[in-house]
Amino acid sequence: MKNNTPLFKRVRENRLFWPLVALSLIFIFNAIFSPGFFKLGILDGHLYGNLIDVFNNSAPLMLVALGMTLVIATGGVDLSVGAVIAISAAMGAVLINPVFGNEEITNAVAADPTLTNTPLWLVVVVTLVAGTLCGLWNGLLVSRAKISPMVATLILMVAGRGIAQLIERGQIMTVYYKPYHWFGNGFILGLPVSIYIVAIVYAIAWVLVRKTSIGLFIESVGLNAKSSYYSGISEKNVKLFAYTFCGFCGAVAGLILGSYIHAIDANNIGLNYELDAIFAVVIGGTLMSGGRFSLLASMVGALIIWTFTITMYIFGVPANALLAGRAVLVLVVILLYSDYARRILNRIFERKGLQHDTAN
Amino acid sequence: MTDSQNILSMNRIKKSFPGVAALENVDFSLRKGEVHALIGENGAGKSTLIKVLTGVEHPDSGSIELDGKPVQVRSPQHSQELGISTVYQEINLCTNISVAENIMMGFEPHNFFGIDWKKMNALASEAMKRLDVDIDVTQSLGNFSVAIQQMVAIVRSLEVASPKILILDEPTSSLDVNETAHLFGVIRKLKSEGIGIIFITHFLDQVYEITDRITVLRNGKLVGTYNTTSLPRIELIGKMLGRSLTELDEVSKAKQKNEQKKDTESLVEAKGLGLTGSIEAIDFELHVGEVVGLAGLLGSGRTEIANLIFGIDTPDKGSLKIKGKKINHFSPLESLENGIALCPEDRKAEGIVGDLTIRENIILALQARYGWFKFIATQKQYEIAENYIKLLGIATPSADQLVKNLSGGNQQKVILARWLATDPQVFILDEPTRGIDVGAKAEIQKLVLQLAQEGKSIIFISSELEEVLRTSHRIVVLRDRKKAAEYSGDVDDHTIIQTMAGIL
Repeated sequence: MKNNTPLFKRVRENRLFWPLVALSLIFIFNAIFSPGFFKLGILDGHLYGNLIDVFNNSAPLMLVALGMTLVIATGGVDLSVGAVIAISAAMGAVLINPVFGNEEITNAVAADPTLTNTPLWLVVVVTLVAGTLCGLWNGLLVSRAKISPMVATLILMVAGRGIAQLIERGQIMTVYYKPYHWFGNGFILGLPVSIYIVAIVYAIAWVLVRKTSIGLFIESVGLNAKSSYYSGISEKNVKLFAYTFCGFCGAVAGLILGSYIHAIDANNIGLNYELDAIFAVVIGGTLMSGGRFSLLASMVGALIIWTFTITMYIFGVPANALLAGRAVLVLVVILLYSDYARRILNRIFERKGLQHDTAN
Repeated sequence: MTDSQNILSMNRIKKSFPGVAALENVDFSLRKGEVHALIGENGAGKSTLIKVLTGVEHPDSGSIELDGKPVQVRSPQHSQELGISTVYQEINLCTNISVAENIMMGFEPHNFFGIDWKKMNALASEAMKRLDVDIDVTQSLGNFSVAIQQMVAIVRSLEVASPKILILDEPTSSLDVNETAHLFGVIRKLKSEGIGIIFITHFLDQVYEITDRITVLRNGKLVGTYNTTSLPRIELIGKMLGRSLTELDEVSKAKQKNEQKKDTESLVEAKGLGLTGSIEAIDFELHVGEVVGLAGLLGSGRTEIANLIFGIDTPDKGSLKIKGKKINHFSPLESLENGIALCPEDRKAEGIVGDLTIRENIILALQARYGWFKFIATQKQYEIAENYIKLLGIATPSADQLVKNLSGGNQQKVILARWLATDPQVFILDEPTRGIDVGAKAEIQKLVLQLAQEGKSIIFISSELEEVLRTSHRIVVLRDRKKAAEYSGDVDDHTIIQTMAGIL
C-alpha cells in the first residue's frame, strides 16, 4: 500500500485537529462526571442548558478572538481589546441614557424601560463605530508610526478604561432600556441571539480573508514582511485592516457584554479579554510570530476556554480559584503545543501507523 | 578504499524526504590536511550530505567513521564536540556586538569581577592575527565587510572547537576577488595545520585554485571522487550536469541574434538619479529588448541602483522616467503597476515567502497588482502556478509544496515566475544566479535572452563577470558608488576588470 501521507497524519496536521481534541476531552469529562451537562430543556420557547450557556458566554470571546487572529497573523498583537470593549459599550450606554446623572430623568427611565431618545440602530452603529475607530487608531500607530504592536496597543489598553470612565462620567451605568437587553439575552428560534451575531461576524471575516486576497496578504506579511513589500503588497494597509477589524470585533463583543449584564462598568467590562483572546488564538494553532491562521480554530479555542471555565463552575471550584484553574489549562496547552511534545506524539502515532501498515 | 589517512569516511549514506530521495548510497571521505571540494547542481544533495555530517539530519542508513571509529552524529552540538565545525553561507553571528565577543561568546575568560574584557580582546585579536587579519576586535561586527565577518566566523569555529574538520559552505559567494584571495590564504594555513576542509562552492575557478580532490554529486547520487589535477574542467562540468555544454553555447548564439536590436524607444530613463549615502547621481537608460549588465565589485552600488529604479528606496536627487512618465511616488507597488519587476539579491529575506506554497508565491505579485478585492480564484491560481512550473521547469511534486523546501535554483525560478505572471516590461535581476548550479544558471541566462527577444528589457546584475558578458548588450561598470564607464556588449573582460579596479 503506497500512500505518502497517511490519512490520519493529514487529519492530525489540520489546524482544527488539536483544538477539537481538547474540546472533546472536556466534553467527555463532563459527559461522565456531570450527567446534566448535555441536558437541553425548553423554557419560555427557547433552549436552555449548560451547552447553551457555554455558547452564550463564549460569544464575546469568540468575536474578539476573530479579530485577534488576524492581528496575530500579521505578526502583531492587540492588547487593547478589553479597553475597546469598555469604550464602545460605554458609548452605547451614554447614547441610551443621554441625560445620565440627572436623577429625575434616571428615575423616569427606570420607571419606564422603553424611554429613550435614541433609536436602537443608532446605538448599535455608534458602538460599532467607536470600537472600529479605536482599532483604526491602533492600526495607524503600528502601520504608519511604526510603533511596535505591543507598545502601541498598550497605550490604548492603559488609557482606554479611563476614556470609558470619562464617557460614563465616572459612574457604573445601568441600562434599563429593554430592547438593548436583547443582544445578550434574546433568543431567535430558540437559540441565543449572540450565537447568530458570532455567525454573522464570522461569515464577514471568512469572506474577507478567503474570498478576497486580504487573507493571503495577511499571511504573507506575517511570514515575511520584506518579501511581501518587494512583491508590491502594501504591508501598511494590511496591518491597518487587521487592527481596525480587531477593533470592530471588540465593539461587537462590547455590545453583547453590555447588553448581557444591563450595566456598563468601565473598569470591569471585558476585563482580561485581550489575554483570553490571545490564548484562544494560540490554542487555535496560529503562531505568535505570525503567518498561517485559522479563524475557526481560534473560535474553538475560545470555546475551550469557556467550556473549561463553566465546567469548573459546575464542579463548584471556588471563584477565587478559577484563575488558577485557567492557569493550569494554559500550561497544559502550551506544553502540548511545544515542539518537544509534538515530536513525542509524532513518534507514538507513527510507530502505531507502521505496525498497522505491516499488518495489512 | 580503506585509507589510513582518512579522518572522515561516510559510507553508503542514504536519506530520503517525503517524495524525494535526497541521498542514495553516497560515499565520501576526507583526508588529513586536504581541501576537498563538494560540488553538484542544486538539489544534488550537497546540503543534505553536510546536514547528515553535522547532525542536523539523521541518515536513513549508512555509517560515518571519524578516525576509523564509527560514530553517530546526534545533533549539531554533538558534531562540534566530535571536531566538526561548519561556517555557513549565511553567517550566523551577531552583527551588533563586537568581533571579540562574537569570537569568544560562551568561552569568555573570567577574572574576579566577571568577564576579563582586556584578556578577551587580546585573545580575540591574537586569534584573528593568526589568520593575518589585523582589525580592531572591539568594534561591532556589523562595521566590517562580509569577508571579515566570514573570517570571524571561521576564527570562532577554530577557537571554540579546535576542529579536525572544517566545512565551508559557499564561503566566497559574497566576497570579491581580493577578499577571496585572503580567505584562500587562511584556508592554506589551516590545511598546513592538518585540518581537513570540505569546501562547497559554485565557482569552478576556485575549485581548481584551492582544492586537492573533488567529489561530484548529481541528483542525490555519487558521480565520483577525483583528484583535482587529473580532472579537466570541461569534464567536471559534464559530470555535474550529466550532459554536454551545448546549452551554454546556445546562450551565446541567442545573444548574437539579439545584437541587431538597438536605438529603440527608451523604457527607463534616469537623469542624475541618486541617493545620498547610497549611490551618487547616475545617468542610465534602458531600451526595449535590451539587456544591460551592471558590473562592479561588491558594494559598488549595483543593488542600490536596482533599489532606486524599483522604488524600494526614494531618491533625493535627479529624476526617473518610466515609459516617458515621470515617477513621483516611489514604491514597489507603483513599479509593479508601471511594469517593472525586481528579483532581489537576498532571495531568502527579500524574495520568497518560505512558508507559503509555490502557488501562493507565484501569484503574490499579480494579486498585489489586482488589489484586495479582485481575488484570483483558487482554480485560476493553480492554472497560473502549474503553467510556470512547467515553463521554467521548477522541480517539485506539486504546486502546494512550501517554497522553503525547494533548492536555491528552484526558489529563484519561483520568484521569476512571480514576476513573469505580472507580465512586466522591465526586469531587474539582482544576482539571479547566486548560489545556484551551472545547469540552472544556463537556464536562467537563456531565459534572460529569450525575454529580451520578446521585447522585454532587462537589467542584469551579477558578480560573475563572465555571466554579465555573456548576456548583456551593454555593460555599465560601477566603482565606489559611481558609474565608472559604459561599454557595448562585445567588450572583453580584461577591460571591465581594469575599469572596476580603477586602472582605466
